[in-house]
Amino acid sequence: MTELLSEYLPILIFLGLAVALGLVLILAAVIIAVRHPDPEKLSAYECGFNAFDDARMKFDVRFYLVSILFIIFDLEIAFLFPWAVSFGEVGLVGFWSMMVFLAVLTIGFAYEWKKGALEWE
Amino acid sequence: MISADISTVLPEIVLAVYAMLALIFAVYTGKDKTAGLVVWASAGALLAAAFWIGFSGTDTRTAFNGAFVNDSFARFAKVVILLSAAAVLVMGKDYMARRDLLRFEYPVLVVLSVVGMMMMVSAGDLMSLYMGLELQSLALYVVASLRRDSVKSTEAGLKYFVLGALSSGMLLYGASLTYGYAGTTLFSGIIAAAGTEGLSLGLLFGLVFMITGLAFKVSAVPFHMWTPDVYEGSPTPVTAFFATAPKMAAMGLFARVMHDAFGGATQDWGQVIALLAVLSMFLGAVAAIGQRNIKRLMAYSSITHMGFALMALAAGTAGGVQAMLIYMAIYVTMNVGTFAFILSMEKDGQPVTDIGALNMYSRAEPLKALAVLVLMFSLAGVPPLVGFFGKFYALKAAVDADMAWLAIAGVVASVISAFYYLRIVFYMYFGEDRDGALDGTMSPVLWGLLMASAAIMLVGVINLFGVEGLAAVAAQTLVN
Repeated sequence: MTELLSEYLPILIFLGLAVALGLVLILAAVIIAVRHPDPEKLSAYECGFNAFDDARMKFDVRFYLVSILFIIFDLEIAFLFPWAVSFGEVGLVGFWSMMVFLAVLTIGFAYEWKKGALEWE
Repeated sequence: MISADISTVLPEIVLAVYAMLALIFAVYTGKDKTAGLVVWASAGALLAAAFWIGFSGTDTRTAFNGAFVNDSFARFAKVVILLSAAAVLVMGKDYMARRDLLRFEYPVLVVLSVVGMMMMVSAGDLMSLYMGLELQSLALYVVASLRRDSVKSTEAGLKYFVLGALSSGMLLYGASLTYGYAGTTLFSGIIAAAGTEGLSLGLLFGLVFMITGLAFKVSAVPFHMWTPDVYEGSPTPVTAFFATAPKMAAMGLFARVMHDAFGGATQDWGQVIALLAVLSMFLGAVAAIGQRNIKRLMAYSSITHMGFALMALAAGTAGGVQAMLIYMAIYVTMNVGTFAFILSMEKDGQPVTDIGALNMYSRAEPLKALAVLVLMFSLAGVPPLVGFFGKFYALKAAVDADMAWLAIAGVVASVISAFYYLRIVFYMYFGEDRDGALDGTMSPVLWGLLMASAAIMLVGVINLFGVEGLAAVAAQTLVN
């Protein structure tokens, strides 16, 4: 048990270091930074002119739709890379598994296309 | 090798391919105009799969190096899941069509989530477990928020999604700890690594986190908080679906993980599950008393019932698993009938969920009121209805495993929970006579399912339709 746990000791040390370093940086900024706030410094920076309105504005839901659709192809690439690299080892089963995966993905893509998710207007 | 694997998972593959073809067919033809057709086709496909699996022999087959197990236990759970999903699909069609909710994606998503559930109860590996669970959950998140223009429905979907993601995180954390300490994700490997003389500390942590994640999915107290809101906010046919098939799948998965992966540590998880069971039974029973909304009431009722199923599981014996399977099969049947009635509760064409609307229902509709009475008595566990036998098996399993205190707690909770079931019966037969009774119309499908469910509760007393024997065989293959 202790032998097994000691194998994980580097991770524990790493976690401790990461937390400590993060805290040090935050606290240092709080404690030793020089601060002279004035209204100009505190206002939102907007390329030289005054901010028009609140930064928390509504986005069109279509932006989200496009980004979600992008994920399909993003995931596809994420799967294709390791598959392509190890193509020699995965053999025929690996090849057809990927073909099935791509077919399923294509069905999803055909659905969203026909559904009109790719049209902006 | 691979062809043998594929023939083992063929029902799942066929259903998945069916779902994809239905999606493409509907989107390339009439879109939502084909939704009615897709609902019937999907219900037919689920029904066919249920018969296929039900009559596919009694042997145990594994595929993909043990990641997928097709044994009697999995087949029992799958048949319950498939039949209830088919019933719920057909039953909600009219309701959704009249409220302009009948999208063709709905039946497709239900079929996909059923494929996920079949994967769950057949999981023999932590990875196939998670894959099935997510396939099920993702489809359910979407159908919960099917009514996109309703705040409550979108809230239900979002709440379900956020808490579901949290529970998946817990489960994955437990799975990673288990993998770290057992060195394998295969259940057969985990049980070998765990040995028989108590779990190591790391495995125990993994086990507890996995129980937490699974308890979210079966909505056991203290991980139940999403249930009432999701039940209330979702469209009623979706609520009916939530209350049936996913519960069976989650309980099946629970039993599968506990016995297949941690079968040597019954003592360790038995007490955790016993605690979950007691809390669920009492909280569900007490919290439902204040509910006037029948959908919220059914949510708390499902929490209580999950407590009973967990009580059976907590025994950690083959008898316990058998009791759990019987209990879930009965529970699902009762819920199909009850929700068939709830779907028909309308006043001037608008759905009603307040139980006050049931006042003197027996005068207008004596036969339907009688059927609801039978179902309510059965849900409460009043002998000699079938619901009583479900509770009886669960209590017997607990007593046989030297957990008499658990059984006593179960009886007390059962008595408390009888109050709100009987209140519905009271309203129907002795309530005040108010104006504006419910509409008398009920589609033949709903009427048929309500009457069939009530009839099963009466006739099943004779021999429980042989479910007892099937559940015993299923439990034997899981626990040995």
